[in-house]
Amino acid sequence: MELILSLGIGVLVASGVWLTLRPRTFQVIVGLALLSYGVNLFIFAMGRLVTGAAPIMPKGGFVNPEAYADPVPQALVLTAIVISFATTALFLVVIMASRGLTGTDHVDGKERSP
Amino acid sequence: MTLPVHMLVMPILVPLLAGAIMLMYDERRRQLKLSIGLVSCLLQLGVAMALIDRAGGSAVEGRNIVTLYLLGDWPSPYGIVLVLDRLSAVMLLLTALVALPALLYAGAGWHRNGQHFSPLFQFLLMGVNGAFLTGDLFNLFVFFEVMLAASYGLLLHGTGRVRVGAGLHYIAVNLLAAMLFLLGVSLIYGTTGTLNMADLATRIPRLTDAERPMVHAAAALLAGAFLIKAAMWPLCFWLPNAYGAASPPVAAVFSLLTKVGVYVVIRLGLLLFGAQAGLSAGFGSNVLAAGGMATMVFGAIGVLQAQDLGRMTGNLVLVSSGTLLTVVGLALIYDDAPMLTAALYYMIASTLALAALFLLAEPIGRKEGGIAGLLAITAEAFGLDAEDDLDEERAEQNRPIPGATALLGLAFLSCVLVVAGLPPLAGFLGKFGMLSGAIERVTVLPGLWGHWAFVVLLIVTGFCALVALSRWGIQSLWANTDEPPLPVLEILPILMLIGTVALLTIEAEPALRYLDRTADALTRNQVYIGGVMTAPPVGPDPS
Repeated sequence: MELILSLGIGVLVASGVWLTLRPRTFQVIVGLALLSYGVNLFIFAMGRLVTGAAPIMPKGGFVNPEAYADPVPQALVLTAIVISFATTALFLVVIMASRGLTGTDHVDGKERSP
Repeated sequence: MTLPVHMLVMPILVPLLAGAIMLMYDERRRQLKLSIGLVSCLLQLGVAMALIDRAGGSAVEGRNIVTLYLLGDWPSPYGIVLVLDRLSAVMLLLTALVALPALLYAGAGWHRNGQHFSPLFQFLLMGVNGAFLTGDLFNLFVFFEVMLAASYGLLLHGTGRVRVGAGLHYIAVNLLAAMLFLLGVSLIYGTTGTLNMADLATRIPRLTDAERPMVHAAAALLAGAFLIKAAMWPLCFWLPNAYGAASPPVAAVFSLLTKVGVYVVIRLGLLLFGAQAGLSAGFGSNVLAAGGMATMVFGAIGVLQAQDLGRMTGNLVLVSSGTLLTVVGLALIYDDAPMLTAALYYMIASTLALAALFLLAEPIGRKEGGIAGLLAITAEAFGLDAEDDLDEERAEQNRPIPGATALLGLAFLSCVLVVAGLPPLAGFLGKFGMLSGAIERVTVLPGLWGHWAFVVLLIVTGFCALVALSRWGIQSLWANTDEPPLPVLEILPILMLIGTVALLTIEAEPALRYLDRTADALTRNQVYIGGVMTAPPVGPDPS
């Protein structure tokens, strides 16, 4: 499981970085989305990988923390997903505005002269 | 101390509520929204002053009182806390002092150029204030995002081709910075099991050999995010474009945003990697010092090369944050409290002056001919054609005041004095303090080339700023004699900012004493840690 997860994060981040460095706005936004997936998985993995363990402990008394998943990264990743979703949506609007104003989808607003 | 218990959360709640109330009203009721915004800014100013008092105790004793506010009332290192100490109180006051004039200036007509200016402005202030107050890393991220989301909207305010282009780059860069931030935060949590800054600082000296590189890597990732915000070279190429494209009142508050990055670097750098951090002491200090100096050089060259006042000021923002980052880097290695004091003083003065310069760019540029003609061309490219009609409309609403050129010239001159670090204004005192601190250090410990380089750079960058700004000033203020239309609402905020700098100069002694205590507490991180781990919480008594 560790190998699959780390490979997954690696591939997502690598493709995200490559796409973000491309000159078209659509590539940039897909790259940013992939990057944020990679980052979200990374945050999730920071709570250690366990299978079949609940993140919420029963109230009162001593409980064995080994039997439960760490709830904090799960809370963090929820917040991060919401925020990255919202900012990506905003970025999409700006990209559309830029396309409308400049007539090109190049990130600099003009095609590179040959 | 009989402050209301919930005073500490007010800098976040007031702008949040003000912004939320504004959203209830129709977009056409701009005057009402502006009034709500101004009331909110005044309230924040009052609260910030009370909190300054609170964090310092009485001025005579000069204590460092760290106050906690437990959101949700969970015990200190586990729950989410707001922490008020001297540094955050100073930053809150600076925010309020810049925000009020900027909003007033926007009242001269800028808030009509697009939708939702006033609510976005309040949400920006909420994010900035929250970032200064929060005591844990993840909330810092959340407040950063609140601040950034609002700043995206404000940067695009007024639209136009140049703004949308600059906004596109600005948003992309900041989204990447946010991801670095998240990686760093989660790596820190995964390694140390805490996100509370004070708790983290107590754990760093006790890290095992296997954990230490991980925490260092996480700190480097976080620093990447903050240094993009603070615009350290080579992470600063986005700044002059974005700030140059923003409308003047927005650019004025944006001069605060780089200071948020600088604040976090000061806070976390000195807290986590100060002299008490054991094996991690001084981590990253060389990068900060060298990067800060590179930023100063880059900014100074940018100032000389810039054609209009907006871009020039954008590059001066770089010089200012480069100076601060260098001092933080040097303070991390050598515990230079006197230099840090002067740097904090310089930060306040230069932020106010830079905000005033951003505001000045427009009224001066409205004159015809010379460099101003060039500005008019740029303004056309910004898509501000509609502004011309507004100008006429505005000229009737706000009677222009006589002697406009003289007033503008004087205001511009004061800003130049502060930015270039010439007497008699506060910029000189700050720069002089930093220079004397550095030279004092060198006379005790000769052979510190970093300090020497800093001394030289500080003088050279001041000189570059002086050359560039006076060249611009001569061409646009003296080259033609016709009086620009100058509404009261535009000159009043500028005079407020300059008045604040003047007040800071006259009251330099108490201000420096306060900041001296601040720097002292920063270099001894047990003050903050002790405060967060043991201070009695503000809030209802748990018993």
